[in-house]
Amino acid sequence: MRFYAFSVYLFLYIPIGVIALFSFNAGRSASELQGFSTKWYGVALSNPFVMDALKTSLTVALTSAFLATVFGTMAAVALQGISGPVRKAFDLLVYVAVMIPGIVIGIATLIGLVTVFDQINPFIAAIWPDALEAPRLKLGMGSLIAAHAMFLMALVIIIVRARLAGMDRALTEASSDLYATAFGTFLQVTLPLIFPAVLAGFLLSFTFSFDDFIIAFFVAGSETTLPVYVFSSIRRGVTPEINAIGTMVLAVSLILLFAAQMLLRRGARPSR
Amino acid sequence: MSIRTRNWLLLAPAGTLFLALLIVPLTVVLVFSFGERAPAGGVVPAFTLEQYANLPARWTAFKNTLTLAPIGTLAALLIAYPLAYFLAVRVDPRWKTILLILVIVPFWTSILIRSYAWMFLLGGRGLPAALEWIGIEGVRLINTPFAVLVGIIYGYLPLMVFPIYVSLDRLDKRLLEASSDLGSPPWRTFLQVTLPLSVPGIATGCMLVFILLMGEFLIPAMLGGGKVFFVGNALVDLFLQSRNWAYGSAVAVALVVVMLITVTAYMRLLNRLGARRDDVAIM
Repeated sequence: MRFYAFSVYLFLYIPIGVIALFSFNAGRSASELQGFSTKWYGVALSNPFVMDALKTSLTVALTSAFLATVFGTMAAVALQGISGPVRKAFDLLVYVAVMIPGIVIGIATLIGLVTVFDQINPFIAAIWPDALEAPRLKLGMGSLIAAHAMFLMALVIIIVRARLAGMDRALTEASSDLYATAFGTFLQVTLPLIFPAVLAGFLLSFTFSFDDFIIAFFVAGSETTLPVYVFSSIRRGVTPEINAIGTMVLAVSLILLFAAQMLLRRGARPSR
Repeated sequence: MSIRTRNWLLLAPAGTLFLALLIVPLTVVLVFSFGERAPAGGVVPAFTLEQYANLPARWTAFKNTLTLAPIGTLAALLIAYPLAYFLAVRVDPRWKTILLILVIVPFWTSILIRSYAWMFLLGGRGLPAALEWIGIEGVRLINTPFAVLVGIIYGYLPLMVFPIYVSLDRLDKRLLEASSDLGSPPWRTFLQVTLPLSVPGIATGCMLVFILLMGEFLIPAMLGGGKVFFVGNALVDLFLQSRNWAYGSAVAVALVVVMLITVTAYMRLLNRLGARRDDVAIM
């Protein structure tokens, strides 16, 4: 039993280890170790395409995770206090957003936004003083941020609502009995209690957005995120540079994830 | 400000985002699937079932998905169950948390990089080279259904372990003691007590993995090398290469419908088996 568990852990971590090992390869080959070197990290970090893609990925991940966390938490708090058709509609939307495959979300956002933009662009051109200079709506970082924020918001709503459901109602009642305003109660009672879940939601959202390939593949327009860059370079041929990028990406996710896990666990314990 | 107004204000941004990026886009897909392909690559609005009538042209993609997704789910279950059992019942409580985190964490790291790792390991100079060294020659692993299956198991094992672990961890250990006190051999305790009580976890795990597999693109793209392809790969081809939006929309709608039918049938089956549905978070 112990041996079995040990071999499953090996199965889970050996491939990751191999990627990391070969990122320190001194030679050009991605399959034969020729001594230890960190030069591929230097190559990756001085490649302008990698750095551009990294910047795009970080901007998208930070913005969409932030929007998803704020809007998702607001919605979760409101949904806690209502019932009826609005609540049902939101439950359904959250369910749909999580259940529909990412690839279908990507496709739908692509053709949905292109169709809407095609309707709006002539209108903007018509009212703009100089028709040739009129701004044109097109796919890019904005559409990617919006698509990620929508999906991640559903995730945040689920995580925060799970935490809200476990909260003692008497606390908010006590707060309002003691004449705190609704907003005061939220800031001083509710928010500190749900904060671990909110922060974990943010970290998970960031990680998801940073690692997402399929939605970005459809929606990013002419922008390139890091996973999209890695995918297209793998198609061109494998070099230790990809291993170096991969190792850095894995390291960032691992650090954030351990943080999120610790927060969720601390949050799950009664903290009074 | 009344509570009603406050709630509306709190829900407004989420509602707008859902409307603009979920409801409208999905409606466009549905509308386009009944349209006709425009010569320039767009869609001419129409009401025709032509695109749906053409679905059999992509039958191989559906067949591959509907074969490898259930096989992959089952394989992941068989590998995950003993591990989940070990973590829930056998492990020293001090090590439980860290061992569990070590299982879950890979799921939340880049599936692209993790599939790349297997491209590396199964490729010509990875495992096949090692096999050659011990005398087994001519083994080709990459770009086969086997490679895709390995990628699937590797990618989704953590998602299977977690819900099973949760249901086994909740299980009252006194039941196991009672069973053995009453003279049941361990295998019988397992079959008659442990296994039935972990059905909710198994059900949740299988459903999560199956749903995600139905929309998979990266694993077949990287480990199947164009020979083993899923509906996801057909969709990328239709939207990004041949730019046939009307037909692509019909394939996307068909994928979601097939998914809904399978999941509903599965839930019905579970209800008939009398399993209680436990809500387990995605984490």
